[in-house]
Amino acid sequence: MTPRALATRLGQSLLVIVLAFTGAFLMLQALPGDAVLIKFENPELGLTPAQIAEIREAYGADTPIWTSFWHTLSGFVVGDFGYSIQNGTAVRDLLAEVLPSTALLGVLGFAAAVVLACVVAFTAMGVRNPWLRNTLASLPSVLVSVPVFWLAMVLIQVFSFRLGLVRVIGGGPVESLVLPVLTLAVPISAPLAQILVRSIEDVQRQPFIAVVRAKGASRWWVLTRNIVRNALVPTLTIAGVLLGELVAGAIVTETVFGRAGLGRLTEQAVANQDVAVLQAVVVLTAVIFVVVNLAVDLVAPLVDPRLKKEVRAAA
Amino acid sequence: MSDQVTTQAFVLPRIGAFGRRLTLNLRGLRRIWRQPGLVLSVLVLALVITAALRPAVFTSHDPIAGRARDALQAPSAAHWFGTDATGRDLFARVVHGAIHSLGGALVAVAVGLVVGTGIGLLAGSIGGLLDQALMRLVDVLLAVPGLLLALSVIILLGFGTTNAAIAVGITSVAIFARVSRSEVIRVRRSDYVEAAFGSGARFGEVLVRHILPNSLNAVVALAALQFGTAILAISTLGFLGYGAPPPTPEWGLLIAEGRTYVATAWWLTTLPGLVVMAVVLSANRLSHAISKEVGR
Amino acid sequence: MTALTQAAPDTVSDDSQPLLEVEGLTLSYDTRQGRVEVVHDVSFRVGRGEVVALVGESGSGKTSTAQAVIDLLADNGRRDSGRVVLAGSELTGLSDRAMRQVRGRRIGLVPQDPNNSLNPVKTIGDSLAEVLKIHGWGSKPAIAQRVLDLLEKVGIDRPELRVTQYPHELSGGMKQRVLIASAIALDPELIIADEPTSALDVTVQRRILDLIDALRAETGASVLLVTHDLGVAKERADRIVVMRGGQIVEQGPTAHVVEHAENPYTRTLLHEAAAVAWATPAPPPADLAERDVAIEVTDLVQDFDQGRGREPFRAVDHVSLAVAKGSTHAIVGESGSGKTSTVRAILGFQRPTSGVVRVAGHEVTSLRPRQLRDLRRSAQLVLQNPYSSLDPRQAVGDIVAEPLVNFRLGNRAERSRQVAAYLDKVALPATIAQRLPRELSGGQRQRVAIARALIIHPEVVVLDEPVSALDVTVQAQILRLLDDLQRDLGLTYLFISHDLGVVGQISDTVSVMQSGRVVEHGTTHEVFSDPQTDYTRELLAAIPGR
Repeated sequence: MTPRALATRLGQSLLVIVLAFTGAFLMLQALPGDAVLIKFENPELGLTPAQIAEIREAYGADTPIWTSFWHTLSGFVVGDFGYSIQNGTAVRDLLAEVLPSTALLGVLGFAAAVVLACVVAFTAMGVRNPWLRNTLASLPSVLVSVPVFWLAMVLIQVFSFRLGLVRVIGGGPVESLVLPVLTLAVPISAPLAQILVRSIEDVQRQPFIAVVRAKGASRWWVLTRNIVRNALVPTLTIAGVLLGELVAGAIVTETVFGRAGLGRLTEQAVANQDVAVLQAVVVLTAVIFVVVNLAVDLVAPLVDPRLKKEVRAAA
Repeated sequence: MSDQVTTQAFVLPRIGAFGRRLTLNLRGLRRIWRQPGLVLSVLVLALVITAALRPAVFTSHDPIAGRARDALQAPSAAHWFGTDATGRDLFARVVHGAIHSLGGALVAVAVGLVVGTGIGLLAGSIGGLLDQALMRLVDVLLAVPGLLLALSVIILLGFGTTNAAIAVGITSVAIFARVSRSEVIRVRRSDYVEAAFGSGARFGEVLVRHILPNSLNAVVALAALQFGTAILAISTLGFLGYGAPPPTPEWGLLIAEGRTYVATAWWLTTLPGLVVMAVVLSANRLSHAISKEVGR
Repeated sequence: MTALTQAAPDTVSDDSQPLLEVEGLTLSYDTRQGRVEVVHDVSFRVGRGEVVALVGESGSGKTSTAQAVIDLLADNGRRDSGRVVLAGSELTGLSDRAMRQVRGRRIGLVPQDPNNSLNPVKTIGDSLAEVLKIHGWGSKPAIAQRVLDLLEKVGIDRPELRVTQYPHELSGGMKQRVLIASAIALDPELIIADEPTSALDVTVQRRILDLIDALRAETGASVLLVTHDLGVAKERADRIVVMRGGQIVEQGPTAHVVEHAENPYTRTLLHEAAAVAWATPAPPPADLAERDVAIEVTDLVQDFDQGRGREPFRAVDHVSLAVAKGSTHAIVGESGSGKTSTVRAILGFQRPTSGVVRVAGHEVTSLRPRQLRDLRRSAQLVLQNPYSSLDPRQAVGDIVAEPLVNFRLGNRAERSRQVAAYLDKVALPATIAQRLPRELSGGQRQRVAIARALIIHPEVVVLDEPVSALDVTVQAQILRLLDDLQRDLGLTYLFISHDLGVVGQISDTVSVMQSGRVVEHGTTHEVFSDPQTDYTRELLAAIPGR
């Protein structure tokens, strides 16, 4: 990428982040009877109107929207995400507390997904038996259709209660990670395997593959030395989709397995209408999404030289 | 050559052309029969749609009221899917739940289709600054993971079946916009659109006569795909407790209710989950078949 | 000509055993319509050092036959019967492992379209080294050296630079040279060249064929040349095998086939090839200079923006031309010569950077969008590819009627009569009006496109490579049709082509374009008989058989 193209791309990314922040901010501002009131106007708390007004002021609920927007935005830039409406803790502290656990789950789940997807896709493409080939090639679309929360429970049922292999409660840190990682890996691996299978099939149909075969190459040679790298580019482009699966998977997995983490935090924030937390999570994931896609754009030309901007004209 | 004769001669080919398209479709139907997977998918969808519209066809059990002494029975001839903790027939609950899942998915797809395709058509056919602006908007929608976006919308609209469906629909706006935009652009660049302009067509005529019909197919295939995705998403929201309230037999909620009995009553989670999977798989298979048919 | 004319195949004696024998080959493909036989009972031989041309139009089965020789039919293809024998040993029935030893080592393949026949993410050096590595040829440094030698051998400059480049950085002709280098890397006994030049510019085509010829002479390999062009076959092959509809209709030594063709189809092909090769354009009508001018282009310049900080790319560089009413003017040039940009400016699809264009009384360059529609009544366009220029969802009747609908001409009955009349004019049956484009052949589709262009009685028809996507025999039919229509309707044609052979048959005057400029213009007669520039001479020489 030329410096200019890079600058444009960076500007676009920044714009998306700011817009995402604005969206989240407006949406949560627009809450019918804001969350603060709902919570504190509860007669059981026995607060006087004066006290409620005081609390409202503390949360900045009555300041004009522009001031509030600017205040929140400048807070986000320096990493101050405001305070949880549920319990008054700094959102930054809440996030810092749960991020490591989710990051570990996410990294392991993603790695397992990549392994799973590659195994499925490459065996499907390498196998000669048409029946086995079709079965394997259609496995990803089956996996795409699996409800993740259901999968988690079936895994618990089978591995914990039927086979007694993994304890759900009271296991060590490693043992307690096995089933969540497996659960998370499936929804990520499904689209990954799907696009791998599809792009391998696409590449296989291209004329240059026939040319390589005419050189005397075996199927394995063609697959490993010619197809893989070509199939990688379309696969890279779905990184954003995979990230989405990861976040959704984390929310569900952590809820089912009762693990503390970003997903659980999100789920509870929604249940408690904790706007501040949800806003921070939305902006955080948008930032990660934008960074991941930016990284993909930078890496893709290394994989496929045609994506390099400057095409030197043939002499 | 009398006027009447030629009029007929022209009307006949027109009917002929229509009949020809009909026969083409019939040929398409015949092709379906050669693909057992597709036949099965259509069958599954037909059954579920029937269940949604006429649940009494499948079961006479009450989905809401149960007898306590029938509680937690394993699947049997009397109760195909077994019973839950309050003695309700699980099969009846799954059958009666179809309307919630299908109806919700329909609403979701409608929202995505109308809003998303609208954005995509505008962006693709007008282009320029509007295209830029709309696509940045779509980028933002894409930057927030689907479930998170749906949760944000739900926190705004409140819990419930319809709100969950709308939330899921909003998450699919971006993909509908992207696909319809790229289809419009693809068709716009085609030789036959250039030929149409070359033969004196105005923009509106080209849009209606060539661009829309030729870009519609991909959108229809996407709609079928999103139907399956929406069923999954709605059941996830239901499972998390943001969809239909109990005792509605919504599928996600059914599975959530079975959670307590995972150790003892496997059927409560496993069987509804399999139903969800079968429906989603069928919708995906159908979508695949549509886009393949289009690619011919 | 380097051909060594050999004895007829029947008299090949045992001591001169042929290199390749194909016997009773029958091939079929699994399709949605069931099993379709594409090659039926095909037998032919290729002697050592011989060039045999497999000639046929699309669908003749020539490419499938060639693929079957190296056992690389598409996945849904199958050999139902027949044998392939290479130097006395049978290839059919060999295990995949044994067959791999034959491919690349004993039989080299030069593919059809160089533009997508090289792995786009591999450097040229790696692609070329691949065949050597597969067959375990030599050490790493030896391979590196061999790659450079091979590139040099096929006439590629700066081999050290090229091995580090990627396919998209090379021109089509250079890519084809690389592929040829790969095919000959292990000195195979047989080279299969499957339409090796059909995707290349005409002047490049000739050089590539010369290269294959030279390498064959040097290594003594035999060549199986698959081509649609009998002109090429006549020029390059020792023997010709003519295929049609999956069967061999005629085969024999080139001279014999050319002079004593028995099969009527072969004779048609020969006739068309000769018409292309030896078209001696008649002098234009004497009154040409006095006629009104239908198209006048003055100093046309078309620049394309290449982004900030870069010089705009000049696609059309001060082009001027004039076309007399009722005559045909051809713009000839290779890809990138600016001919298409010129046409788009003439028809108002693209606003030129500068210059004046007058078409049928309209000053195109100053027209507003609304007025452009008036221009469309008098100037129509027929595009190159009839497979993409017709809306796949419209019935033919609706397609042809579209200009009438656009200009609100006539009622439904009136339009239907017009459609029938114009379908008849382009020699299509009226019943075709209800068909969809995909049910038509390429030639039929192009006739539909022509009918659509003519139905509103334009004065000027711009034909952008109207026959280059069609088979040779169909090309000739369409050209004759255009000629007849011009005489009947008094049309003015602007005919765009890369092929001087075709131009010689149809046009009165011609402009030769190169890199955005008109390098030569005049009557076709003059340009053909007395070309003024080297470039035109090269284009003329590139017409096969001339």
